[in-house]
Amino acid sequence: MSNVILEAKDVSIKFGGLVAVSQFNMKLVGGELAGLIGPNGAGKTTLFNMLTGVYQPTSGAISFLGEPIKGVKPFDLSKRGISRTFQNIRLFKGLSVLDNIRIAAHQHTHYSMVEALLISQRMKREEKTALDQAMDLLKIFNLENRALEIAGSLPYGQQRRLEILRALATKPKVVMLDEPAAGMNHSETHSLMDTISAIRKRFGVTVLLIEHDMKLVMGICERILVLDHGVTICEGNPSKIQKDPKVIEAYLGSAATSETKN
Amino acid sequence: MEAFLQHIINGVSLGSIYALIALGYTMVYGILQLINFAHSDVYMIGAFIGFYSARWLNVSDAPGYGSFFSVLFIAMIGCSILGFTIERLAYRPLRKAPKLNALITAIGVSLFLEYSGQIVFGATPQVFPNILEDSIVATFGEVRVTKFDATILITTFALMLILRHIIQHTKLGKAMRATSFNGPWASLMGINVDRIISMTFVIGSALAAAGGILVGIKYPKIEPLMGVMIGLKAFVAAVLGGIGNIAGAVLGALIMGLAEEFVVGYGASTYRDALAFGILIIILLFKPAGLLGKFTVEKV
Amino acid sequence: MVDFKRSILMPVLVILVCLGIDYVVPEIFNPYLQTLIAYSGINIILAVSLNLVNGFTGQFSIGHAGFMAAGAYMSAFLTMTFPHWAGPIVGLNFFFNTIAGGLLAAAAGFAVGLPSLRLKGDYLAIVTLGFGEIIRVVLLNIEAVGGARGMYGIHHSASIFWTGFWVFICCFTVTRLMNSTHGRAFLSVREDEIAAESMGVDTTKYKVRAFVISSFFAGVAGSIFAHYLCYLNPSSFAFMKSIDVVVMVVLGGMGSISGSFVAAIIITLLPEALRPLQEITTIDFRMVIYSLTLIVLMLTKPQGLFGELEISDLFRKYVKRHS
Repeated sequence: MSNVILEAKDVSIKFGGLVAVSQFNMKLVGGELAGLIGPNGAGKTTLFNMLTGVYQPTSGAISFLGEPIKGVKPFDLSKRGISRTFQNIRLFKGLSVLDNIRIAAHQHTHYSMVEALLISQRMKREEKTALDQAMDLLKIFNLENRALEIAGSLPYGQQRRLEILRALATKPKVVMLDEPAAGMNHSETHSLMDTISAIRKRFGVTVLLIEHDMKLVMGICERILVLDHGVTICEGNPSKIQKDPKVIEAYLGSAATSETKN
Repeated sequence: MEAFLQHIINGVSLGSIYALIALGYTMVYGILQLINFAHSDVYMIGAFIGFYSARWLNVSDAPGYGSFFSVLFIAMIGCSILGFTIERLAYRPLRKAPKLNALITAIGVSLFLEYSGQIVFGATPQVFPNILEDSIVATFGEVRVTKFDATILITTFALMLILRHIIQHTKLGKAMRATSFNGPWASLMGINVDRIISMTFVIGSALAAAGGILVGIKYPKIEPLMGVMIGLKAFVAAVLGGIGNIAGAVLGALIMGLAEEFVVGYGASTYRDALAFGILIIILLFKPAGLLGKFTVEKV
Repeated sequence: MVDFKRSILMPVLVILVCLGIDYVVPEIFNPYLQTLIAYSGINIILAVSLNLVNGFTGQFSIGHAGFMAAGAYMSAFLTMTFPHWAGPIVGLNFFFNTIAGGLLAAAAGFAVGLPSLRLKGDYLAIVTLGFGEIIRVVLLNIEAVGGARGMYGIHHSASIFWTGFWVFICCFTVTRLMNSTHGRAFLSVREDEIAAESMGVDTTKYKVRAFVISSFFAGVAGSIFAHYLCYLNPSSFAFMKSIDVVVMVVLGGMGSISGSFVAAIIITLLPEALRPLQEITTIDFRMVIYSLTLIVLMLTKPQGLFGELEISDLFRKYVKRHS
């Protein structure tokens, strides 16, 4: 476990009197594909928001690549290599598919506003690179012929894919996917699973995903953390999780556990 | 000390007029998230309805509470109809349009009322009829409470009590609160949202009309652009208190009235119009949603 | 180093064209029409620059007149106090004074941009409005610039050439920016601030930048206004002037530079075009018609004249349809 890329130590957050996440610990190893599951309201998305700088934890520490990230703004974390998608798709709906990707690549352009006015060589070069890379990414997801369409007009499944694509366009080290399969049908979920595995191999990114679809999580995640009422109740590989009585209780209620025991 | 108390009385009197107008802004904002720019002109029309109805009732030279209340009543009814009509013709068709469109339309309605006012009423200021005679009703040492100030305070206070009763204790009020909380859901619960919005405009406009009459008796010069500055200040008062919040509007208006009275009273009168905004900016820097407003963090 | 054709040759050509217009206009148009052309130019600069904040960055500013006032007074003050500081050439002095006015306005824009980091929507709007009013009231109280009496006898340095020149610089700047990564950053703030931030866009920085650039040009417009009218009074920069500019932006289409351009001209000329009506009826119906037009346009064309499109887009569509 030497190459820990993202680490959370005793992270808690309170909203008023409500403890949304309590004493959360996690070590994300470079290159792995981990899953975060738990019933609705368990604190998964809140955790994502803390890991990406949208919320600041009330106590505890998060470090990325060995550096603490307390108080670091989301845009800065994105530049350092943390990228994400959102549970309720947050594309730039009024802009083209291509521009959605190019905005994610904004952090890799360095030409100034003055250079934009004068159209410097650097601007031309960086714009061309951004365009080429965006088109390459779109090709991987078979979206290249939709490049000029307005993102909000894409069908739902493609919007989800585009959001993942946009997250990748920031060239992240860790990408966090918040319910990527939500609202997808069986076959779409299936192809999404393939895509996630594929991009992980291709881009060498570490993936942390929240998902309700157990088939997807059990199918592709190497390690799973189970969160309930803000507390980690179980951690391990899929087969361990499936057998854990606490997990079954969290999902199905205590009656179910007693039934399985009987 | 006496000067200080006198300023307090004057400030509260001015503030309560701001409050009457601010309530209309805040109620409409609470329900539609629209800055109803035309509201200040409804107030102006209220003053002019007062002007003409006093003539028509032949009470222009018969001061007394009978004249005052009949003129007040007619102005409130007249403005309710105006407010209802504005909402129906100009805002309702834009219910689903971007917010900015409704805002520009509101500005259009405001300009329309101001400039038609200039054509119909004339651009030069008119003297508001003498429907109430001023006198001193109470003195505390050097501090004097005039009949105008007392009337203003009592009338506003009574109207606010009525408003509070409507909002807290009637079916209409409950529906208004529900609509303000979440319009689409309220309509799923069987509330006729369009009707509630109409009623909001009716009530807000009636209050503005009362403001127009009260200003008319105290500062008896009325003209078609009289609403612009006072409307702006009343709106600032509403934002100051937390727009959409009824108690906040009253609080903000009182703060504005007092602050203005003190600034003028202590000699910095040329900065009077900047003061309102100065206070507003400072308060918003510390409380981004106003004094009593709730700052909502966007859910991610 | 830079793209010669597009970033040097084109501006030089445009400047030459402006010079040509400057030479031709007084020959063809009477002084009244010349003034209308200059006012259209000033309004174009105001509308296009405000569009950067309201249309592209999705913030909501209704205090543009305040920045205009800051620029107007600063440049006029310099012209009155140091008539020849930059040498004997009038135009050069005017050029530098205009930039000074723009910079002061930009500084004011920076000051307004900062609170906008915490405020959203209508709260931001009301703060910009308030800031504009404060600038006006402060000017009313500064005796050095005439206070309520205003400032008289400012040198008539703003010609049609300079108006055209700055209209070009303003449109050029905004167009170029919007066609770069910086422009996309502005748009991302408008579309979804949280997502933009998560994609590595420093939304705070871009909001402030939008305010600063936009105010700079408002100040420039103010300077031209001051040196064309030769007279300044704080009441020219009241709240209604800000609203006028917002109307131009919305009417033209939020996020369309061509839209702002066209709408600015329409709004400038409409009251003038209605003047004959006033002469016939002897009643000033113009503002009533103006306000009714506004309401009807909002009800029937909520996206504005151009939506988010530019003239070039419309042209392309037209060509496509007919080929």
